[in-house]
Amino acid sequence: MLEGEGVSKNFGGLAAVSNVDFHVDEGEIVGLIGPNGAGKTTLFNLISAALTTKQGVIKFKGEEITGLSPNQICKMGVARTFQAVKVFPNMPAITNVYIGAMFGTPSRVPSAEAARESEELLEFVGLSAAKAAPASDLTLANQKRVEVARALATKPELLMLDELMAGLNTTEITEAMEMVARIRDKGITIFMIEHVMKAIMGVCDRIMVLHHGVKIAEGTPQEIANNKTVVEVYLGE
Amino acid sequence: MISGIILVLLVTLPLYARGYTPILLTSIYMYIILSVSWAMFSGPTGYMSLATAAFFGVGIYTAAFLGNLVPLPIFMIAGGFFSAIVALLVGALTLRLRGIYFAIFTFGLVMLIPNLLIFWELHFTGTRGRFVVIYDYNTIYYAMLAIFVVMMVTVYFLRRSKWGLALQSIGENEEAAAHVGINTTMVKVLNYGLSAFFIGAAGAAIATRWTYVDPYIAFDAEISFLPVLMAIFGGMGQLYGPVIGAIIFTYLQEVLITRFSELYMLIFGIILVVAILYMPNGLIGVIQKLWARGFRRQHADA
Amino acid sequence: MDLVTVLDIVIGGLLIGGIYALIAMGLSLQYGVARVLNISHGEFIMLGAFATWVLFITFDINPLISLVIVGPVIFLIGFLLHKTFFRHISTSKPVIGEITIIGVLVSWAIYELLKVTNVGNPIIAIYVGIPIAVVLDFFFHKTLFKRFRISTVPQAAFEGNSLLATFGFLYIIQNIAIIVWSSSSKGYSFLASPVDLGGAIFATNRLVTLGFAVVIGLAFYIFLTRTRTGKAIRAAAQDPSAAELMGVNINNVLALCFGFGALLAGLAGVLYSMCFSIQATMGLGFTVIAIIVVVLGGLGSIPGSFLGGFILGIIGQIVTYFEPSLSLAAYYLLFIIMLLVRPTGIFGK
Repeated sequence: MLEGEGVSKNFGGLAAVSNVDFHVDEGEIVGLIGPNGAGKTTLFNLISAALTTKQGVIKFKGEEITGLSPNQICKMGVARTFQAVKVFPNMPAITNVYIGAMFGTPSRVPSAEAARESEELLEFVGLSAAKAAPASDLTLANQKRVEVARALATKPELLMLDELMAGLNTTEITEAMEMVARIRDKGITIFMIEHVMKAIMGVCDRIMVLHHGVKIAEGTPQEIANNKTVVEVYLGE
Repeated sequence: MISGIILVLLVTLPLYARGYTPILLTSIYMYIILSVSWAMFSGPTGYMSLATAAFFGVGIYTAAFLGNLVPLPIFMIAGGFFSAIVALLVGALTLRLRGIYFAIFTFGLVMLIPNLLIFWELHFTGTRGRFVVIYDYNTIYYAMLAIFVVMMVTVYFLRRSKWGLALQSIGENEEAAAHVGINTTMVKVLNYGLSAFFIGAAGAAIATRWTYVDPYIAFDAEISFLPVLMAIFGGMGQLYGPVIGAIIFTYLQEVLITRFSELYMLIFGIILVVAILYMPNGLIGVIQKLWARGFRRQHADA
Repeated sequence: MDLVTVLDIVIGGLLIGGIYALIAMGLSLQYGVARVLNISHGEFIMLGAFATWVLFITFDINPLISLVIVGPVIFLIGFLLHKTFFRHISTSKPVIGEITIIGVLVSWAIYELLKVTNVGNPIIAIYVGIPIAVVLDFFFHKTLFKRFRISTVPQAAFEGNSLLATFGFLYIIQNIAIIVWSSSSKGYSFLASPVDLGGAIFATNRLVTLGFAVVIGLAFYIFLTRTRTGKAIRAAAQDPSAAELMGVNINNVLALCFGFGALLAGLAGVLYSMCFSIQATMGLGFTVIAIIVVVLGGLGSIPGSFLGGFILGIIGQIVTYFEPSLSLAAYYLLFIIMLLVRPTGIFGK
């Protein structure tokens, strides 16, 4: 569904992402891990066009998306959340989701239907009670829920989650993992960056490992856990 | 309801208030138009446009060129139209860049356009400045009032529309807005064009009061600065914030200009600095805070 | 086109380019490090120019000496401006106070008073006014300002706010100048004798200006690269938090940069006044040019701004040769092209 070939990005002299090939197939949950600064978020940024590069090609469902703008990519069916939560702070939670529903699809959605979808999605992520609260008033975990609901409102086929578990406590992590599974059950493919090993190992079908912008390993959670290079890279931190 | 009554009063004003009042009100309408137009774009997007004077000047020059050829409503709309074109052009070029570059470029526009006009006048028309067709004060009053009303109605409905929502989300978090399907560049550019339309129309209307204009008269940096001051002072959160700011400062300007003709700009500069520091939400914000505090105190005693 | 014309254009371009180079360096310091886009930058040039004029006309002081007199004062103004005012906006801490606003108001009041007693001299007013302002300001902080604590300003709004605030300062400083000196042109004659360079004729003062501009620029570059303070400044420009961890007092460094920026502007003003007539309204045009040069040379590159100034000066002369009224338009075209094609500038990162 999503594939990239030879993707690279330089900042000044620093190669944040170096010649990375990747693919995410329909129905999978693929994890992206690596030490801090490995280039994971940069890769996401390149896919969602938050950043641009002239090196490498990225395709979604066979169509090239490198060079498109973020809103075009969203309308094609790719949604994402951000490492530093980017909700619309002064708007109520439900409006956040409503905006996703109204603008995120290629065809026009009538206002009433978008409102209804927003309610449903807030319920799906477990936030019905807080729907009218301004997003900035919510806890971090809840803000992340709003972001997920908003991303889902754009009716994506591929959802990219950037460190969803960061900053969450143990209970919240379990809830988040469970929500990810429910999203997959909806038929949405998931590509997720994570640091929380328990989450990644528990939920992913396949894992990619980046280090200093280079892909150093790829495989099932089992294979990755047993991969000497990966273990070294993480222990050596 | 109240606005309806006010509107009726304003429309019939020239009938019962002679002399200076319609003139003062015309200036007030003009500054309201400038401030609200400025805030309409710079508020939600967070991009500071300092090109108000440039759009205004384009409107003035449109009136100068066309005033003798077509009736007032036509060249007013033309003034707005040409200003909008400039805005769309500038916007398309610079709005994809960081906010600071945009601010810088719009700031320089106020000097660039008159520069080009002078070049034009020097080489193609051989003139310096132009005479503008004159209209009587009452007509100008109604012209400005008309722009004011149309603008307020437009902005009001825009804010509540899908478009307004898109604009608001860009202001809240532009990157997120882009990632949920909003074509942020297009929204920003079109909004900029719309705001410039009103500014240009106002310029075209007021030019008829000045008789003669040349590039330096028509493009005055003060016109870029004052609406910013008025809008920030009044408060950018609400629609009527800039309106209040405009009313206060236009009136203040009329009062001060006679007594302290050199000092008043200085005082305004100080007020801008103070407003930025102490009143980030403007006068409206201050009032809202005091209101909330009074409210809380009331209930604390219960 | 003969050699004389070419020399005329090139050297003429270098001469004005020297001024551009200094003011661009100043702005680059302020924006690149202190992250304040100082639209009132040009006003410091104007202040430097007028201070020199006053000192020359009233006290017969050699403008080259004025470099040393005027420089520190303007540096101090810039330094204090940042320490009190812009730092407040950036850290969103409750304010210490506007020493500058108060200083300006106080200076003006003193000036008016002095005028009454027939000793109307703005420079004295400034020298006296600033210390009084500092004292007054601490007093205000202890009493009045405590009541006006405001909510935090989001970091993203900082650049916009600082831009606006400097806009306010522009009007304050410019209008004070207009009040004090009126908006008419002033000038004086210094080292005006002509020098012949291969057929192209230039006034001595312009060559001296170029010489000083280059010297000041190089001196500053050496300061930035060789001294500890200079290195601290460059560290702060690259990564403020890392620099802080390394023991650099960030707030001081930022204020220093702002002060140095103002200093360079002031010195440029002194040099400018030697060769050209000055007006209280001259600041704005310079600010715009400084911004264009900084973009041309590359945001964040001090050498870039320095060289960019000379490049722009020469380009300006070339355009002026063919069509004088289009020079500003030419600068703008260049500006837009740079922004679209290579926003990082020629030397920027």
